[in-house]
Parts: sequence; structure tokens; C-alpha cells
Amino acid sequence: MPRLIKDGAIIEDNWLEPDAESNAPASTQLLTLEQWLQLRDKSGRGVQLEPGEAPAPLLDHLQHIPLVVVNFPLFMDGRGFSYGRELREHGFRGELRAAGHFIRDQMTYLRRCGFNAFQPADESQLEAFAASLNDFSESYQAAPDQPLPLFRRRH
Amino acid sequence: MYVYDEYDQKIVDERVAQYRNQTERFLAGELTDAEFLPLRLQNGLYVQRLAPMLRIAVPYGLLNSTQLRKIAQITRDYDKGYAHISTRQNIQLNWPELAEVPDLLAELATVQMHAIQTSGNCIRNTTTDQFAGVAADELEDPRPYCEIIRQWSTLHPEFAFLPRKFKIAVCGSAEDRAAIHAHDIGLELVANDAGEVGFKVLVGGGLGRTPVIGQVICQWLEKKHLLTYLEAILRVYNQHGRRDNKYKARIKILVKAMGTDAFREAVEQEWVHLKEGPTTLTEEEISRACGFFVAPDYRELDAEEQNALLQSQCDAEPIFGNWVKRNTREHRVAGYRAVTISLKATGYAPGDITDAQLELMADLADQYAFGEIRSTHQQNLVLADVETAQLRSLWQQLQGAGLATANIGYLTDMICCPGGDYCSLANAKSLPVAEAIQARFDDLDYLYDLGPLELNISGCMNACGHHHIGHIGILGVDKKGQEFYQVCLGGSQSKEASIAKILGPSFKQEDMPDVIEKILDTFLGLRQEQETFLDTYRRVGIEPFKERVYAPAD
Repeated sequence: MPRLIKDGAIIEDNWLEPDAESNAPASTQLLTLEQWLQLRDKSGRGVQLEPGEAPAPLLDHLQHIPLVVVNFPLFMDGRGFSYGRELREHGFRGELRAAGHFIRDQMTYLRRCGFNAFQPADESQLEAFAASLNDFSESYQAAPDQPLPLFRRRH
Repeated sequence: MYVYDEYDQKIVDERVAQYRNQTERFLAGELTDAEFLPLRLQNGLYVQRLAPMLRIAVPYGLLNSTQLRKIAQITRDYDKGYAHISTRQNIQLNWPELAEVPDLLAELATVQMHAIQTSGNCIRNTTTDQFAGVAADELEDPRPYCEIIRQWSTLHPEFAFLPRKFKIAVCGSAEDRAAIHAHDIGLELVANDAGEVGFKVLVGGGLGRTPVIGQVICQWLEKKHLLTYLEAILRVYNQHGRRDNKYKARIKILVKAMGTDAFREAVEQEWVHLKEGPTTLTEEEISRACGFFVAPDYRELDAEEQNALLQSQCDAEPIFGNWVKRNTREHRVAGYRAVTISLKATGYAPGDITDAQLELMADLADQYAFGEIRSTHQQNLVLADVETAQLRSLWQQLQGAGLATANIGYLTDMICCPGGDYCSLANAKSLPVAEAIQARFDDLDYLYDLGPLELNISGCMNACGHHHIGHIGILGVDKKGQEFYQVCLGGSQSKEASIAKILGPSFKQEDMPDVIEKILDTFLGLRQEQETFLDTYRRVGIEPFKERVYAPAD
């Protein structure tokens, strides 16, 4: 079973990777955005966003979605940071997972953008990735992890 | 100027620790070149032709004497004893050792400096007018807003991996000295009909391969909305900017593709969710930021008395009088002047300054200018608050250090990137061209007669030397392995901004002084009364210049 970091701890994961070819994905199988859009009963289904798939279509259904995975095929493509933050700003409270080829040094940014689960492509690096969650203990901006910008907290 | 509190210091210190860890992992082979690249870039470290180049942030060009002394010491301990002022008001070192950079950054942190986001696909150093706070034509001091933007953009979690680099400039005066039309976002402090000061917001300006003048997307934005509005722009850009081609990835391409109105609409839609949220600026925060940029302890001086004294000194010593005329400008406080120190002496790379000169500048700042120095995007330094009666002794000390070249705003005060001598991106060398032109036109009377003239040189399309917005622009190009130079005319970075037009086929390096001379002769022949080069060019167009420069030899 694949392992990942969730809420600071390393755990095993039950979700299966999406299969774009499948007509009837299993209930524990992540859906591509296209599959998710076509499904009538979306309740309880996890969905994976790719770069270029902004979360707008999910926003009306957030309370019924347990998991949104944002895939990072290339770590230099930072669109997923906006997707994460947008989902949290619209009230998404389920698991928000970064998956793929992001790098350890992006962990703080991902956490700050609202991601609470991290599944890097190289599973052997999980401990090091988890350690980088704490690279910074203070920051200037308001973000999902800290609703108030520093200027509202300074004094 | 802004002073760090424990929060600012902690963020910078933690960044140094993070970068130390990244460097160690890279040297141990745990990080690939591709993975280390954006990390070192976001700490200002390039790997150049001869050695790494480190770009140190000088937020909106403001330094104190302690910081300048630290830079001088760093150039001795980690480099070859000199530094370079960049066209983003930053300071560059050309010879640091990659493994020593974490130590260097730790030293910078002790004087509240860093190299965060001086490179990479992120929000870069915000720039502004070098005469902010002292200019007579200023509506409001832009620096508090630059500092607010600096804090907001520093390690912004959402915008560290943008499609491409992102530059913001702020202007608060009638004359635009910050080139806001040539920035990804340009902000101008303006009053609305009710007299309330807010921001005019321009977007999509930029130089590089496709030079574009920025478009207004908001005529007047209330100050408190500054950061939420910027956040909305950046979010639209982060999601929709092109990532398939680095030459089409700047926001200007997105704005052109969408159209200004559609882009504005998209920003407004994003903004709906952000407006009035916690990132909305509070009055307390704006006044806290303004509190760092109050006027220093000026003496009450009798302007008439001071001016009379200065006049007699200038008359007695014309060479001093000339420097006062060329390198100092009016100050809003009676009895003071703002002084520009030219880093454009003939025979030296434009913008370069030695460790001894840096230390002298720190001493002079303490002695004459409340301990403050500014760097300019024209690659010079400024002492903004000098008593008129002190100008002469300041000038004498500058003269002794080779820092009294009286050419500010004239042909030889050129903007020039480091070019092919240092930069691995460059197609051609820029420094020898600058030097050859400076050497040819070293007759000061001739320069003054030409009037204000901006000559900008870039060694490649990336346009660090801002060649598109020079009255005369020179661009180094590569033709089958040979270095050639393209000339363009008629650019301007003022509020009536324009992009220079290409004159025609490019030239060999050794021909450049002749080419410039022909252009200047053409101008002098066509000039009416006291026209500047740009006035004449705008009146007659490019044709007469073209005819003269490309005319067959007699």
C-alpha cells in the first residue's frame, strides 16, 4: 500500500490512482476531473486535478468531497498552489493532497496553501519531506494555514 | 528607512538556514542540478560563465551606511573587492564560491539584508524613484507601499513558482523615474476627483523579446485594497500564464492574448473573493509603514543665504559648479540638495564600485546625508539629503575617489548590463561597447551640448540593460557565432513611454562609436532650438538617421 504524509504523520493510503480509461471506477479509486464531472452520485468520491484543471467545477460540491488530489507532474509548474488555496478559501475541509514531482523545498508553501497530505513520487524520502514542513515558523501572508497576515498580528 | 523587528529577522534567518541545508544537499549529491536551480535562483544565485553571480536585494534601492560597510567587507572576504549596481537597484557580486554563499547570506542577515527572490520565477524586488521622499514633484512617498509589497511578496506561498519572473514598480511623482510602464505591474500614486490618494494600476508592461507598454486596468484603487488586488492579478497570471514557452510566459503575453478588458474582468472575478478579506490593509499598518519613512532631522536653513554661498563657490571654481549643475537636483526642503554619484567614469564598467569606494560612500552618507544611500536603476548612487553648504567638501572627497564624474543624465551615464564578459545568457559583450563609446565622447562640453540623452545597452534579448526604452538603445546579437550590435532609437521610460524602433541591420563592435557619432551628428544637424534628442527624433522620425548611418561611404 502506498505511503504518504498526512497531518504531519506518515500513514498508509487506501485510495487507488485514477484510471482515465475505466468506465466504472471502484469507489476507492480516484476520479479524473472528467470522470467526476460525468458521475451522477459524486458523494464520497475523491478527485484528482491536473495542471490546467482549475477547481471551479468542484466549488459547489465541496462538502461532499472527501479528497482532492492536486497532481504536480513538474515541480516548476506552480498552478497547483493556487488550486489548493482556492479550494480552502471556498471552504473545502476534506483532505487536500499534493501528489507527484513536487520537491521537499516546496513543502512549506504547499502546507501554507492548504495542503494537509503529501505524496511525493519518491516514497523513500517521506521523512525528509515531513521534516521540511517546519522550515519556517513565521510568515507575512494570510493563507489557509494562518488566516491573518502578519501585519494584523504584530502587536 | 524600514527597520526589522523580531518577525522580519526570524523569517530572514530561517531562510538562511533553509538555504544552507539546500546547498549541503546539493553538494552531497542529494539534489539534482534541475532541483537546485530554482532554489538557488530564488536566493539570487546564478551560475555564470566564470563563477556564480549573487544578486543581493536592495529593497527599492534604500541602504544605510552599516549595510554598505557590510557589503564592502563581503566583497573583500567572498569576492574580488568590488560590487555592481544592477538595473533593479540591487547589488551583484561576480565571484562568490557556491559553497560559501550560505555564510555570505548569514552575514547579510546581520545587517537586515538578504537575496530572497532576486531571481527565479517569482515576485522580484519592488523598485521605485531614487528621489522618493525628497522630490519636489512628489504627490506621496511610494516607499511605505514598496515595503508593504516587499513583505507581502516575500516567500508568498502561492506565487513562488509562477510561469516567469514578475516585477513591480511604484511611482509617486509627476515625472516617472521608476519606469512603471515597463513592468509586469506598475503602480502610480494618484488622487481621485475627491482628492483622495490611491493607486492607478498598470499591467503587462515589460521588455525582453517582446517589449510592451503596460495598460491601465484600474484608474484608481483605494489604498487598503492594494494587496488583495495584486493577489487577484497574480492568481489570474499563475493559473493562465503560458508555461509551454519561456519567451511567451510573461504576463504581457497573457494580457495581449486575453485583451486588456477580458484580463481586467478575470481579475475582478478573482478579486470578489479576496476583497475586504484579512489581507485588506489596515490604517494602522499603512501608518506603521509610513512611520519608517519620515523626514530626517533637517536643519532650518536660510535658502537665500545658502544659495548665495553656493553660487559664489560655483563661480570661484567652475569645475565644482559644473558638477553641482549636472549631478545635484532640487530638494523639497530649503537649503538641501539631492546628489547623484556617477558610477560611469570612463574606463570603468558602468555600475561597478570598489570596496574602498563603498566604504567611502558609507562615511560620506554618515557625514552628510543622515547615514542613508540609495541605488538607482540607472546604476548610480544617491545621497538624498545634503546641505547646500556641504556640497563643496562632499565633492572634494568624491573627486579624490574618482566618484565625481559630472555626467548624470548625459550620453556617457549609460545603463549597461554585465553582458558577455560575465553573464551566461548574453549573446554579446556589452562592457567594451560602453567603454568605446565613453572613450569616443569624453568631451564634456560636447556631451552637455547634446543635452539629456539616455543610452541603454543590453547584451541579449533579456534586456537587463533596458535597451528598448533608451533614447538610443543597443542590443548585442549573435550571428553565426559572431557578436553584432543592433541599434534602436526613440525609446523612453517616462510617462510618455515609448518602445524604441530598430534602425536597421546590425553592426560590428568596432563600428559602434562611428555609428553613434553619425546618429548624434544627424540629431545636431536637425535639432531646432533647445530640443532634446528625443524631441527631435519624435519630430523627424527614424528615416533621417537611417539614411545617414547606412549611407555608402564617400
